[in-house]
Amino acid sequence: MATVASTASTVARRPGMPADSPTWTTMTRVLEHRVVQYRRTFRASIFGSFVSPALFLTAMGLGLGGYVSGSTTQTFEGATYLQFLAPGLLGAALMQTAANESMFPILGGLQWNRIYHAMYATPIRPRDIALGNIVWIAIRLALVGTVFALVTLAFGAVRTPVLLVLAVPAAVLTGLAFATPIVAFAATQRRPDTFSNIFRFGITPLFLLSGTFFPIETLPNWLQPLAWLSPLWHGVALTRSLMLGTVGDDPLLALIHLAVLGAIAIAGTLAAFRTFDRRLVGG
Amino acid sequence: MPIPASESSLIHARGLTKRFGSFTAVDAIDFDVAAGESFGFLGPNGAGKTSTMRMIGCTSPVTGGTLSVLGLDPNHDGARIRSRLGVVPQLDTLDAELTVRENLIIYGRYFGLARDECRRRADELLEFVQLSDRGTDLVEPLSGGMKRRLTIARSLINEPELMLLDEPTTGLDPQARHLLWDRLYRLKQRGVTLVLTTHYMDEAEQLCDRLVVMDKAKIVAEGSPAQLIAQYSTREVAEFRFAPGIQEKLDGSFNGLAERIEWLPDRVLLYADDGEHVVAASRERGIEPETVLVRRSTLEDVFLRLTGRSLID
Repeated sequence: MATVASTASTVARRPGMPADSPTWTTMTRVLEHRVVQYRRTFRASIFGSFVSPALFLTAMGLGLGGYVSGSTTQTFEGATYLQFLAPGLLGAALMQTAANESMFPILGGLQWNRIYHAMYATPIRPRDIALGNIVWIAIRLALVGTVFALVTLAFGAVRTPVLLVLAVPAAVLTGLAFATPIVAFAATQRRPDTFSNIFRFGITPLFLLSGTFFPIETLPNWLQPLAWLSPLWHGVALTRSLMLGTVGDDPLLALIHLAVLGAIAIAGTLAAFRTFDRRLVGG
Repeated sequence: MPIPASESSLIHARGLTKRFGSFTAVDAIDFDVAAGESFGFLGPNGAGKTSTMRMIGCTSPVTGGTLSVLGLDPNHDGARIRSRLGVVPQLDTLDAELTVRENLIIYGRYFGLARDECRRRADELLEFVQLSDRGTDLVEPLSGGMKRRLTIARSLINEPELMLLDEPTTGLDPQARHLLWDRLYRLKQRGVTLVLTTHYMDEAEQLCDRLVVMDKAKIVAEGSPAQLIAQYSTREVAEFRFAPGIQEKLDGSFNGLAERIEWLPDRVLLYADDGEHVVAASRERGIEPETVLVRRSTLEDVFLRLTGRSLID
């Protein structure tokens, strides 16, 4: 503690943070905070990530899938129902993880424990906090997605295992297309009241109607174009084309899916910069 | 040739203004804080203290006037200034999911300090605020006083030249407050410049070399605690209390006995340099109070005189 009273000369030599330092450097400090927090719950969280896909694949893939395959002659893009379902569940799982990670933790940091205000009292800027949290969510999604992919492999639900290397990132991008706009929105809220509506009117309908459990061609004709509005449909279609190895059949469509998801994720991130600035800096 | 105040002062404000829409929170205030000084903003709730602190802390943009902090412009060098500040906010902003020590280390990382350096400073600071034995505990079970001390330790992790403390002891019990004052006083002795807001007069008298009184977004008085008392009050105050029904009939009886007389619902305050003399003189006039208290004037008398007695909510 002898150094608390700094002299001007020691201050000048101290590795201070210039105002224009790249966002990436400062962002990683926010990320580090999230990693330190996560260390505490890491084990339980990873264990949980195995259980949920195993249950879904058993019940719906094997149980329902066996029933469906026995009762119709339809194949699912030339695959078994289990193989058709697995990418849908992967995309949907990451959508839900993304939504959860983007609501309460963000509101909490701004409103409850107010740690984002503490960060902003340092050289960290609001947009570093936004980006650090988004990158953290991406890491979380990658972890959950990897575990999910391992489970699908164990179930023999992947026709082209090699392409999992691309399928998991595609599913992560799907999650980010949800996470970033929700982070941006959560930063405008002072209470969590609206969060349940995001699930009720957003996440749950998309979960059911985005080609997760059945091809959207099964839906009434008038409803099918709406799938194009669903980020989850783009995400599931892309992930599925990779896990079934059909991506080469229509590479342009895959690129369109990728572009849509990427555009939403980038727009959401820019929106989050704005809402974090507005919330923390104020008028 | 004397150095102009703007060059020698750590904080220099002229016409500093903060508006939120049509509401003016800080209305064209002027002040300077010199290096090594301990400077206080006193004022009732809503006087504009916190808005001023947030502008100094570079987390809230200046609406009008000029402000320089550590010789830099908050509008352009906010992050650079913040890297040299220690901020103790009004509400605790600790991470309850982390341990006491982790809170310090992770905060040091925000300033770009190496991990080893963060750990070293964290241990020193825990000792400084007497929390060494709680380092591995989670934050949540700590008492209010311990959390405040941890917040102060956290604000010191970057070895700041300037500390901003917004109501540092509000809500603490007397023991916790005195321990905190002691730590802050030690920092002051080491040459750290302290800027604090408070509505506790004893805190201002204990800690501040110089202070300004804010009321309704403006600075209404400035000086050392002793100067303010000399200027806005008298050396002593005689407080007279009467049996029910007596005070109302005394109209005019005290005239000429004191420099200033204040009639409160439950007592009469006579401001004079010699309180005992006032008491003796009033006895000669046949005034019979139930109790009389002669005391020295405090900053509280100044504060109430300047900002009024009506409740501000």
